Amino acid sequence: MRRVFGPLAALTGLMFVGAPFMVARAPYESSMGLVQKIFYFHVPSWFAMFTAIGVCGVASLIHLFRNSPRADRIAEAAGEVAVLFGLMGLVTGPLWGRKAWGVWWIWDAKLTIALLLEMTFISGILVRKYGGPGSDKLAAAVGIFGLAVVPFVYEAVNIWRTIHPLTSVVPTLPATMGGPFWFCTAAYMLLLVVLLMMRVNLGKRQAALDELYLAYED
Amino acid sequence: MSVRRLLLALTFFVILSSSAFALQPPAGQSEFVPVDSVPVADQLPAAPLLVTAYSFVWLAATVYLWSIWRRLNKVEDEMKALAQKAPRR
Repeated sequence: MRRVFGPLAALTGLMFVGAPFMVARAPYESSMGLVQKIFYFHVPSWFAMFTAIGVCGVASLIHLFRNSPRADRIAEAAGEVAVLFGLMGLVTGPLWGRKAWGVWWIWDAKLTIALLLEMTFISGILVRKYGGPGSDKLAAAVGIFGLAVVPFVYEAVNIWRTIHPLTSVVPTLPATMGGPFWFCTAAYMLLLVVLLMMRVNLGKRQAALDELYLAYED
Repeated sequence: MSVRRLLLALTFFVILSSSAFALQPPAGQSEFVPVDSVPVADQLPAAPLLVTAYSFVWLAATVYLWSIWRRLNKVEDEMKALAQKAPRR
């Protein structure tokens, strides 16, 4: 795993350096113009968040029913990384909306549920930090609940009336826009993997330290 | 006969004059109304928003990486301190 980490991290860094050049070469969108290029950072951050939540939800299920410390560490790491990517989405979205819609924020279904999803995973971190004994199980339940909310966030634009672009935008992208978009998405996914590996390693070391303390006290 | 011609001429006059009125350009602006701020479409250049979005992504990732590195260092320091204490017991 360690042998893979270095090249993976380097590749991620290179892709993030190259991403603006790819985005700069992408054509302008007809109605929104230059500001639409935020799309290339905004949507991949949500894709990365949903993937992190998927990892967190599955690991939480395993921990909840099999009491696996390893799964708990993965769930903890994925939950934290999900908050990071959600924050990226919640910051880049209003920057786009301010120009495209004329406002920073609208309390429509898509945006509101996305904010609630972010808050759900922040609450998971708070539960782990301040919940005391058994907080890992509570956080696992929060992780599973968060996973159940993801389809609502994704499908909100198709279910409720909203000014947010529809999900059909991505599959119908022309090649000149699709290339940079999928490049950026790959960069975000690699960043997700790199951060997850680092955060899981931190959890492993923290668990080792806890064991050392216990051994020392005995 | 002349009355019929007159009525026909009047009808044509009404039809043609109404279409001529309908094709008139909109009336010129008679007054300027001040507003407090520049209309949204004019006041926001897109480039700073785009640069801010990309910069935030970099900043957030860097801060998170730094936080993991700091926490890892703290754990390693504690482990070293504990390992040094243990043989003295």
